[in-house]
Amino acid sequence: MPEWTSTTWSGYLRPDGSKGVRDIVLVIYTVECARHVAHAIAQGETDTHVIGFPGCYDNQYAVNLMLALARHPNVGAVLAVGLGCEYTQPKKLAEVVRASGRLADWFYIQDLGGTRPSVEHGKRIVRQMRDQLRATTPRVPMTVADLSIGCECGGSDGTSGLAGNPVVGALFDRIVDAGGIAIFEEVVEMIGLRDVLAQRAATPEARQQLVATYDKAEAYCRSVRQWSVSPGNFAGGLTTIEEKSMGAFAKSGSRPIQGVIKVSQRPPGPGLWLLDSVPDPHYMQFGYTNPNDTEGIMDLIAAGCQLVLFVTGRGSVIGSPISPLIKVTGNSHTYRRMHEDMDFDAGRVLSGELTLHQAADELGQLVVQVASGMPSKPESLGHREYFIMYKHQDTPSLEVGCRA
Amino acid sequence: MPASPRSFVVHAVDNVATLLDRAEAGATITVLGDGHVTQIEAREVIEPGHKIALCAIAADQPIIKFGVRIGRATRDIAPGQWVHLNNCASFLDERSSTLDLHSGAATDTRYA
Repeated sequence: MPEWTSTTWSGYLRPDGSKGVRDIVLVIYTVECARHVAHAIAQGETDTHVIGFPGCYDNQYAVNLMLALARHPNVGAVLAVGLGCEYTQPKKLAEVVRASGRLADWFYIQDLGGTRPSVEHGKRIVRQMRDQLRATTPRVPMTVADLSIGCECGGSDGTSGLAGNPVVGALFDRIVDAGGIAIFEEVVEMIGLRDVLAQRAATPEARQQLVATYDKAEAYCRSVRQWSVSPGNFAGGLTTIEEKSMGAFAKSGSRPIQGVIKVSQRPPGPGLWLLDSVPDPHYMQFGYTNPNDTEGIMDLIAAGCQLVLFVTGRGSVIGSPISPLIKVTGNSHTYRRMHEDMDFDAGRVLSGELTLHQAADELGQLVVQVASGMPSKPESLGHREYFIMYKHQDTPSLEVGCRA
Repeated sequence: MPASPRSFVVHAVDNVATLLDRAEAGATITVLGDGHVTQIEAREVIEPGHKIALCAIAADQPIIKFGVRIGRATRDIAPGQWVHLNNCASFLDERSSTLDLHSGAATDTRYA
């Protein structure tokens, strides 16, 4: 086992037993009308992040997502801010968060008399919560075995499947071997790999889940006659969706897949898991599978990932709230051109400077450093993009997939 | 004399390599990675990110990359040939063989 997998750092222990690598106060708005006030509250406050849902009419999928993010291991306290006439209820969000042992409060902007008094009131609450967290959050030793780590890719080019994703795959193998959790997603970019997916199943149940998830995604692609591959991909040398899929799938590494989780569920045990973000059939037929990179990253964070890796070939400048995003590129030219945004140059595998395994261990050391508190490049630059939208998934009870 | 263009093989059973540099027709390409050949001569210009056949591939035989079938040969392919939309088709995506070979642009959508 590589040395970095046994490195110990100091994390934050939550009352529900989960361990975080950051100690965040999260401001959540429950309708677009409250968005400005929520951001104004967080403006200038340290370790205070914002998420929110723009719709006035509520949506079970979006509420599940907000609750999963609000009870994330990296989150210690939550302030929910509503306007006062929307369907989504900030009071209910605060109650559920409080029941998890975290600090939580809420208010309606209409009750406080407008923007300025709401921002002042919100800032007072956020500062009190932060002071209380600093004074009372127990610190606890953590290792890679306590980590959930996710991976998303976007802005892919010919190097993503050759270097960026394979290096992350080799890192995933090491994290799984050390007892941690690794989560990958983007099922629509596994099209053509039905047998490959099924062969990676850890158990007959997992095989059944993987095949059903695959079939739902392929049916979706067939029904819209749209495969997740674009003219730019073809011009860049990718010839078929199967080729693109295999490059994307490389980020899953080589370990057995324990099963499939849906959005807002957490894996029930350690190992490698597939996250399904494809909408389930519904009478309204609404919700896109992967409308943008940020949505996938939010889904991975909602699955409990304390850190997320983002693999890009062409370059990207997004970040994420709650959990640090670490940017990996397989293209050394992109790394040099955008070095202020890129955390790791996996292109050195293609130039022969590093082997795949050396690169995975170097990336593992970086993961441990960021988990220990070193800001990733997107964190340093203040990137905290988020995206929560209307979608439908059948998730009878979130508790089924949750670890106590 | 410029350095030999490089290509990369992902898996030992692959019958194609991916170009890391642009190759001119007749160039001797260095093959890095897990393949069984270390050099191959390009029969035509091949751009970076694109694939070169490492051996003869008969029509209807699979194109193998990452150790899996990424498509099927739609005609006989000679060693050193560019493998792309004109000689390799997806098993699923019926549009892949109708796209413009160089730009990847769709040719089956009417604009008039």
